[in-house]
Amino acid sequence: MNGPLREFWERFSANRFALAGLWVIALLFLLSFAASFITPYDPDAIDAWHVLLPPSAEHWFGTDELGRDVLTRVIFGARVSLKVGFVAVGIAVAVGTVVGLFAGFYGGWVDSVLMRIVDIMLCFPTFFLILAVIAMLEPSIWYIMVIIGLTGWMGVARLVRAEVLSLKSRDFISAARVLGASDRRIIFRHILPNALSPVLVSATLGVAGAILTESALSFLGIGVQPPTPSWGNILTSGKDYIEFAWWLSLFPGVAILVTVLSYNLVGEGIRDALDPRRQR
Amino acid sequence: MTFSRCFPLLLALIVFAGCAKGAPEDKARAQGGGASRGSSFVTGSIGEPSNLIPILSADSASSDVAGLVYNGLVRYDKNLKLEGDLAQSWEVSPDGLGITFHLRRGVKWHDGHDFTSRDVLYTYKVTIDPKTPTAYAEDFKQVQTAEAVDTYTFKVRYAKPFAPALASWGMPVLPAHLLEGKDITKSPLSRKPVGTGPYIFKEWVPGQRLILEANPHYYEGAPHLSPYVYRIIPDNSTMYMELKAGGIDMMGLSPVQYQRQTGSREFLSRFNKYRYPASAYTYLGYNLRLPMFQDVRVRRALTCAINKEEIIQGVLLGMGQIAHGPYKPGTWAWKPRIEADPGYDPARAAALLKEAGYVMGSDGILVKDGKPLSFTIMTNQGNDQRLKCAQIIQRRLKRVGIDVKIRVMEWASFLTNFIDKGRFEAVLLGWTISQDPDLYDVWHSSKTGPKELNFIGYKNPELDRLIVEGRGTFDMAKRRESYYRIQEILAQDQPYTFLYVPDALPVVTSRIKGIEPAPAGISYNLIKWYVEQ
Amino acid sequence: MANYLIKRLLMLFPLLLGITLITFTVIHLAPGEPVEMQTAMSPKVSAQARARLREFYGLDKPLHVQYGMWLSNLAHLDFGRSFAPDNRPVLDKIKERIPITISLNVIALILEFGLALPIGILAAVHRDTLLDRAISVFVFAGFAVPTFWLALLCMYFFGVKLNWLPISGIHSLGSDALPTLARFWDLAKHLLLPISIATFGSLAGLSRYMRSTMLEVLSQDYITTARAKGVRERVVIYRHALKNALLPVITLLGFSLPALIGGSVIFETIFSIPGMGQLFYQGVMARDYPLVMGILVIGAGLTLVGNLLADLCYAVADPRIRHGRG
Repeated sequence: MNGPLREFWERFSANRFALAGLWVIALLFLLSFAASFITPYDPDAIDAWHVLLPPSAEHWFGTDELGRDVLTRVIFGARVSLKVGFVAVGIAVAVGTVVGLFAGFYGGWVDSVLMRIVDIMLCFPTFFLILAVIAMLEPSIWYIMVIIGLTGWMGVARLVRAEVLSLKSRDFISAARVLGASDRRIIFRHILPNALSPVLVSATLGVAGAILTESALSFLGIGVQPPTPSWGNILTSGKDYIEFAWWLSLFPGVAILVTVLSYNLVGEGIRDALDPRRQR
Repeated sequence: MTFSRCFPLLLALIVFAGCAKGAPEDKARAQGGGASRGSSFVTGSIGEPSNLIPILSADSASSDVAGLVYNGLVRYDKNLKLEGDLAQSWEVSPDGLGITFHLRRGVKWHDGHDFTSRDVLYTYKVTIDPKTPTAYAEDFKQVQTAEAVDTYTFKVRYAKPFAPALASWGMPVLPAHLLEGKDITKSPLSRKPVGTGPYIFKEWVPGQRLILEANPHYYEGAPHLSPYVYRIIPDNSTMYMELKAGGIDMMGLSPVQYQRQTGSREFLSRFNKYRYPASAYTYLGYNLRLPMFQDVRVRRALTCAINKEEIIQGVLLGMGQIAHGPYKPGTWAWKPRIEADPGYDPARAAALLKEAGYVMGSDGILVKDGKPLSFTIMTNQGNDQRLKCAQIIQRRLKRVGIDVKIRVMEWASFLTNFIDKGRFEAVLLGWTISQDPDLYDVWHSSKTGPKELNFIGYKNPELDRLIVEGRGTFDMAKRRESYYRIQEILAQDQPYTFLYVPDALPVVTSRIKGIEPAPAGISYNLIKWYVEQ
Repeated sequence: MANYLIKRLLMLFPLLLGITLITFTVIHLAPGEPVEMQTAMSPKVSAQARARLREFYGLDKPLHVQYGMWLSNLAHLDFGRSFAPDNRPVLDKIKERIPITISLNVIALILEFGLALPIGILAAVHRDTLLDRAISVFVFAGFAVPTFWLALLCMYFFGVKLNWLPISGIHSLGSDALPTLARFWDLAKHLLLPISIATFGSLAGLSRYMRSTMLEVLSQDYITTARAKGVRERVVIYRHALKNALLPVITLLGFSLPALIGGSVIFETIFSIPGMGQLFYQGVMARDYPLVMGILVIGAGLTLVGNLLADLCYAVADPRIRHGRG
């Protein structure tokens, strides 16, 4: 590890909660990659004669409304929920970065038009837009990821634009320009790396938001479609049995809670660690 | 038959029960008001009624309310026999083509006006009026002439024998004096209905509740339970908690709730549970325009591969019956033993598929001419039981080497973009079973056009002939003969895999007395229900 | 200031136009027609009947014509009639639903600011201590728990098990007959759970924002100077720093609204609250285009007005904007 990275890591790891969050996320990745090696069950194996069994030695988390192993489904659901989070945020970051770069770098009417679009998009209750589009198209995991991404880029765009504006006036950019560097070179070599840190924080929080949005869509019946397990749809199928089959909602519910919490703590940890004011 | 695909089956069950009714059972547990609500009756509804002029709406919430506010000329009694409602009596002409209704005298609309034959004639006319956006004109279009002979006599005549004719006059009668000459789509009656029924409309707070009061002048006597309140509770889990907390008195339970959540002594002392077969069946229908499903051996193999017993266990926890045809077990048109039914037999399924030319591919999926045997089952969103059912079928078919995908779809786009355009492979849906066994709309080959109900494209000249024979005579024995034969043909052809007839599982607080379960369910004598003082 | 005001007001028009355009585009992405909802349930429908309904609702015209018609109607505050079988004017339907949603959200917003600001300040003042960390876990837990799950658990616990609170709806039956105070109490009991859960869920963003702004202010020179001069810490924080830290928070007021309104779909569905979120969800599922478009436009318009007000407050409070960029 070289200097700045090491310094970042030292500061980040001083925050125990952020560190714990990072461990949780790492563990989740491990679980979801190794899903098929961890549990002996097929996540879709139905047993109509053993539905809604309580946790036991055979089924640690019990069985669901079709007699499937809940532990297995929660582990496989981690894959889907993480995928939704990452792809949606990937789209949001890509769109937001491009818009922010253009607006900040070129300024003038490009900036005005793009920023007005941002203003307009920010006026909509985002969940309403997502709901309208998903319900009217079709609830597929791809649509969900794309729509969450396309309604979540505005914050990133503003961040990147602000960063570009503040960098543009600095000496090293002017110097690069005087030396005849192309726009593209300036953007990719000088501006983007500098804008990375605020975007990283925003992306971390965005993943958490996307996981929650998926679960809310599942509650309304238009989330990730069965039999594919997602935490949102396992939790939703458990909501009807909350009183006696608590295991069906407890485990995915806690999984969402812990994961989203971890992402938030990590995001905040990164923010604090990158904050130049926080020298010790 | 009425389409029931739109609502979750559970909802349909609520409808059969006359919709969830409720009031706080235990006064100590009663919320808010605290004091005794006397004989008030509170029910829950998942959806808000859309329009209280019955011919303009098709949702179950609207028809539940309409059922208490309006009357038809005839209705089904507790044994599902037609009896007079606003018609005191009727005569069928010797040729079977004319019906003369003698209307009940002294019946008044809720605003005090007399009910007369003018109202019946108006209802008929407005229903078949092309300007009326109604979904119920089809039966009345069979009428050749209709006339109000005098104030209390109404006469209709049909061009040819039409067996469901009498039943079709169960349609609620609308008040001519308030509607005639006006645009029915803009009428205030859609929000404030005026009928002749046991309950008078009082108040509707959108999104919250709808209140009805007993009609003191009802011709059968005033109902005992009043006010009658519909609470709008859009979430099923919330509804169940309301029931347990005493916020509502009656709802349709899901099989899991019935078996696993409502067995405690405490619950049983506060509520009475009922169980009887619902008038609906669930089926898997195949698009017969596709080459894959044109081979009857493939369709029979599919039925052989599906374990209906397992579905009834997994989806209904055993509380339902296997369906082999479109009728409700025990009704007069239902054939107890259908010879041609393939039954559950995976070995036979494999043999049939082999015979049809399929060979097992390396990935465990059957292949014919290089194409894998793979299709998508579509079903409507929001129906938990159908989704479970599709997942069980998917699993079973995989075992014989058929690759099935499931697609759950929002209802409106499902119909327009897939059903109507024939862009589907298989569908998992349900029909409600009407009392009259006529199958014309769903099975006749003339109904395979766009937006018609034989959307799977089933065409069988022999079946067509039998359907027309069945509806074109009043002779019960002859009709039954046609319908028995029809069931054999359907079992042989398997255009649908008929899956199950579920049980309706209503629950009512024990505070309410006078409930007498009968073949028609429990809510047929609702006006006789009472609270013990 | 007057210039600034006029400029902001003029800006409203292109923004509103943009809102209508996005709304219209979003809705017309969707395949399918609303007529089906009305006719689908019964087999007793002929093909002509459906075509008739289609014409009746004006769905046979090309898209840009439909947009033009819709826009000119909007200008006259005519949002069209609902596609639902009740066929009522969309504006009527929204009007009867909007007060409850707005009141709930305003109460939640007041609680949110009332709780999140002190929490954020507390965290900033005690930064990097256990208290700071505990606060961050607490507020993020509120954000992280799926709201419908928490709502159901609370309903079950407080409503069914303990029987302390009503489960759903906003009034008890027969509450009309109660004296005013008792009616208010009844309403409060019904709204306690939804508002608490909504507030709990929204604390994170604002309190963390407050914390970081406060930290920023605390690190500035004049604070250091004040400290150096021996001004008591309490005074430094609450007199000098707080005033300046609160300023940027005002602008967040406007932006909190869309998030809260968006969340109302879940709350209103689960608690049976007859508000705009519930209406929107039903409209979307039934493809009630005029209704969905109406709610989107009104929802976004409300936020626009909210933002404008927040910006104006900010301008009044901050002389730099008042004179500088105006």
